[in-house]
Amino acid sequence: MTVTVERDGRVVRRQRSRTDRPRRPHSSYALFLLPGVLAFLAVIVVPFLMNTGVSFTDWQGVGSPKWSGLANYRELMDDSEFWASFRHSLFMVVAMAAVPTVLGLVLAAALFDFVGKHFGTKVAAVLRACFYLPQVLPIAVAGIVWSWILAPDNGSLNALLKAVGLGSLQRDWLGDPDLALYSVMGVMVWVQIGFPLVVFMAGLQRVDPQLYEAAELDGAGWWRRFGHITLPQIRPEIYVVLLWCTIAALKVFGAVYVLTKGGPGGATDVPSYFSFTTFFEKTQVGYGAAISTVLTVIILVLALIGLKLQTRAEDAEEGLRA
Amino acid sequence: MTAVRRYPVLVALIIAALFMVLPFGIVAINAVKSPAEYASNGPLGLPHGLYLDGLKDFWQRVDYGQKLVNSILISGSVAIGAAVLSVLNAYAIGIGRIKGRTWVLAFFVLANMLPQEALVYPIYYLSKQAGLYDTRLSVIIVFTVVQAAFGTYLLSSVLGQFPREIIEAARIDGANKWQVLWRIVVPVSRPTIGVLLVFFFIWTWNEFLLPLVMLISNDNQTVSVALGVLQGQRLMDATMTNAAALLGVLPAIVFFLVFQRTLTRGIAVGAVK
Repeated sequence: MTVTVERDGRVVRRQRSRTDRPRRPHSSYALFLLPGVLAFLAVIVVPFLMNTGVSFTDWQGVGSPKWSGLANYRELMDDSEFWASFRHSLFMVVAMAAVPTVLGLVLAAALFDFVGKHFGTKVAAVLRACFYLPQVLPIAVAGIVWSWILAPDNGSLNALLKAVGLGSLQRDWLGDPDLALYSVMGVMVWVQIGFPLVVFMAGLQRVDPQLYEAAELDGAGWWRRFGHITLPQIRPEIYVVLLWCTIAALKVFGAVYVLTKGGPGGATDVPSYFSFTTFFEKTQVGYGAAISTVLTVIILVLALIGLKLQTRAEDAEEGLRA
Repeated sequence: MTAVRRYPVLVALIIAALFMVLPFGIVAINAVKSPAEYASNGPLGLPHGLYLDGLKDFWQRVDYGQKLVNSILISGSVAIGAAVLSVLNAYAIGIGRIKGRTWVLAFFVLANMLPQEALVYPIYYLSKQAGLYDTRLSVIIVFTVVQAAFGTYLLSSVLGQFPREIIEAARIDGANKWQVLWRIVVPVSRPTIGVLLVFFFIWTWNEFLLPLVMLISNDNQTVSVALGVLQGQRLMDATMTNAAALLGVLPAIVFFLVFQRTLTRGIAVGAVK
């Protein structure tokens, strides 16, 4: 393969002048894409199409699948467990995208333009590292840590409440159906907060410091500068973070598996965990495939909208500058 | 801003940061307590001396050394494989500017965003058919491709801005495309490729769903899966839980200390493009 390409290149070079070479150069570069495309077909495209196909059957994982048309999807519409899992997904979007983005913005701005300026960048870097640390932890390990801290008897949180005289607030944080979802949300905020923080701090480095100085001279307070300079300046980063975190929230699986297994009584079930149990515990493969197909459609639609918004925002900005 | 108003904000930030690392501290002190001490003083008391039997017991019980080897082997192979695949793809897209590259790129981006739930059963089924089920190789293959999707996306935009004169000059000197790739493009892009290697390694290390499904035998499991499964079964007492948590946290902290700069720089690169 390489040899032909090489010989081709040489022949071209000898016969044509330099100026017209760029007209036919691109064909053989496609060869470099070949391994990637083949691997993608095998590992992502074919399984994805299979999954979609299976969602129209009543397959149980053994024997040959029997076509059942839209039966699985019709069943999903009436399945309260399915709707509950998507409702919980919205809570996860709040905990993993909305809250971390808002907190991350305030923290990033405070660390960057306040701590960094008055106490040195070293202090800011150490604080940033503390917030980022949970991000490098495997979610399974974060789950172990938190399910023990939140344990009903002898858990650290309950022990702490007792120690400071608030024993009446002790709860079974993960075992109480009314509380479990909020407990999981709290853990996810802890896990997630470092990501927007670091992205926003990196983004703030692009901002011209003169903007802040001018605003400060004009007498703008910290919150005004935050609203009128920081927010508009790092809008591209905010889009990216919201998009990535929302998608991550819709896919959340490991945390639920390790913290609650979707319980108690389905109180923390999410679509990915729901499809997992449908596949591997109930072996209703067709039905599980339908759940994951719906999840995929939602994620892809969101991703496309997000990418569109992002490019439109970038175009608008370029238009303004031009 | 006056000094009087400065310090309360700093103190608030420090308290918030301490709250973030507090769970790590609690785990660390409880992992070195004896069960008797834990029973009498609860989770918040400070340990009297070091009790390491809990850690030792846990290490032997789950054969933690083997889990570490598996995780390193899988994550390392994926990092290298995915980086090579990303470089090849990005060379064609970013420098070769092949026809329809926007579509090819969109294809890779969307593939990266697909939820693994929509792939997991067919991959499980196909790997059984191919005799690859419950092998580390199966997980390596899958994640090499999944991570390469992100790598292609990131590297393509970086290589799109590669100085063309260097490539032109090398071509005039008689280098073919393969030589240009390995002798010029790869060495010049080493910082970005380094960031990708670190990210691929850590992401793969932390993956849970697919390894949980694919690696059922004890000898093949990764650290994440082994700990997650134990936790899911709720068979552990408090000392054992903390030993597990500490041993799970330690590699992450090591990566963090070693790669902190790469990680934050990588996020900056990834976010801007």
